[in-house]
Amino acid sequence: MMNAQDITVAYGSREILHGVSFSAKPGQVTAIVGPNGSGKTTLLRALTGDLPYTGQAVLNGIDIATAKPWDLAAMRGVLPQATPLAFPFTVAEVVRLGLQRGLEAQETSLISRALARVDLGEFAGRLYQELSGGEQQRVQLARVLAQVWHPVSEDQPHWLFLDEPVSSLDIGHQLQIMQIARDYADQGGGVIAVMHDLNLTAMFADCVALVADGHILEQDSPNTVFRNDLLSHAYKCNLRVNTPPATGAYLLPHAASMAAE
Amino acid sequence: MTVLTQDAPQILGDRQSNARLLMGALVVMLCITSMASLAVGASGTSLWQSLLDLAMGRDLSLRDRVVLWDIRAPRTFMGILVGAALAMSGAVMQGLFRNPLADPGIVGVSSGAGLGAIMAIVLGGLLPAAITNQIGFYLVPLAAFFGGWASTMLLYRVSTRKGRTSVATMLLAGIALGALTGALSGILVYIADDAQLRDLTFWGMGSLAGATWAKLFAAAPLMFLSMAVAPFLARSLNGLALGEAAASHIGIPVQRMKNIAILTVAGATGAAVAVSGGIGFVGIVVPHLLRLMVGPDHRYLLINSGLLGAALLLMADVVSRTIIAPAELPIGIVTAVLGGPFFLWILLRQRGILDL
Repeated sequence: MMNAQDITVAYGSREILHGVSFSAKPGQVTAIVGPNGSGKTTLLRALTGDLPYTGQAVLNGIDIATAKPWDLAAMRGVLPQATPLAFPFTVAEVVRLGLQRGLEAQETSLISRALARVDLGEFAGRLYQELSGGEQQRVQLARVLAQVWHPVSEDQPHWLFLDEPVSSLDIGHQLQIMQIARDYADQGGGVIAVMHDLNLTAMFADCVALVADGHILEQDSPNTVFRNDLLSHAYKCNLRVNTPPATGAYLLPHAASMAAE
Repeated sequence: MTVLTQDAPQILGDRQSNARLLMGALVVMLCITSMASLAVGASGTSLWQSLLDLAMGRDLSLRDRVVLWDIRAPRTFMGILVGAALAMSGAVMQGLFRNPLADPGIVGVSSGAGLGAIMAIVLGGLLPAAITNQIGFYLVPLAAFFGGWASTMLLYRVSTRKGRTSVATMLLAGIALGALTGALSGILVYIADDAQLRDLTFWGMGSLAGATWAKLFAAAPLMFLSMAVAPFLARSLNGLALGEAAASHIGIPVQRMKNIAILTVAGATGAAVAVSGGIGFVGIVVPHLLRLMVGPDHRYLLINSGLLGAALLLMADVVSRTIIAPAELPIGIVTAVLGGPFFLWILLRQRGILDL
């Protein structure tokens, strides 16, 4: 269980998040959506312990603010937006960076399974720095998966924190990565993902937190949150939600001139 | 040999067994260069003849004993320690700053350590006798350590913002730091008396020529300690390559390991500078060669750097002793002639990546 109460984050004197409360359950994909600069990445970075905040954030009963990095690392992996590497590591070596202590015996099999999971089994020997941005992003996801490979371990759910995991990917790999997140949740793990693509969110998420101007406007199932008025208000543009019973919700942007009629 | 003990099949892109093989090769190389360093010298004393004499139970002549035991042996050990310390601190520093151009000599850590050493030589007499009696001949290495520590800290503060180190800022800050410490050192040299000046001249030649057992024992504890700590940083330095936030996400106590890494660099560099003056470029050439050969995994890079650094410095020392024999070329000149172009080559090769 991820539970955050009254989280406030400020950069200097400028407050980015104004006392938001957020929760996520294991077994679910929880998406954080909102316009640029709304504070959704800031919220994720507070929940991963990267930013100082006031309020309380608790993951699996452990207070994020005071937890040791290795205790947090044992139960949650974090995928950043982009990860430039300082040195010429191979793909296999990058994935190994994620492995926690005590897994040395299964090292090789974990690395190759994690790479196969993101469709990069053939890339193990390539240099990370020579890959495209999208491929690097998938290597990093493999590293995160290798870190918390089992969605549940000793009755504790493990967690994936993903910061815009599909932004630099083609549509095929967007679906593949979202399916990995979906499967992880279906096997009992928790997934918290900052998302830009509302249609993918509607397709894969169980729960959506809509962030705007440093507040969470609403957190509920996509079908409840994705309403014309609420989304149009949050994104300050006209959006129309369609809900055909066969596919679930999908969104169409509505040009301003059309909406003015 | 290592392949047999591994039961898991090796994955493509895993260079661990190569790195272990290289480690073995480097140990052999270091042994050979050590013997060469003991065997070569201006006096014409033959190591082999002397070893043979010892093996046959014959006594060495006084002259041979002095040459081998009091002149060449401390110099060889000093070369091993200084070379290993400089190469290892280069590797740790590059890992810490997350770029391959960080080197204690280039970014002003060595000159900070040098300033500490000069302060100890010139101003050491002003300290209360109670203190100087206590630390005695450790004063110069300790002062060099504090000088190196202060400049590493300063450099890190200036060039790192929000967990990212700017290469340009680091190199420029290093120039400023080098100029500042150089100026302060100049003032101290200016006010030094004749006896101190002689000490300074011997100290600052950038050479292993002045190696004695006493000097070696003064600097060895600090170097040993720093080099013994460095391998424990390997996993953290690997993680740090992902950036500070990601390193923390995989369980590394980033702030604490950064402090330890800075102390390690300062200890190894400071002690090396205290006994050998400024010997440049070892710290950048050695780790870079090793990364090209077996990759940047610090679990092997740090130890291999120590081995290769020691071997290369001994070789450079042999060259400096023989190339214009019976005179000697300061070893700093040899390493600079080899290392300077190498540094430029790395700079050009990495220009795209480093955004310079």
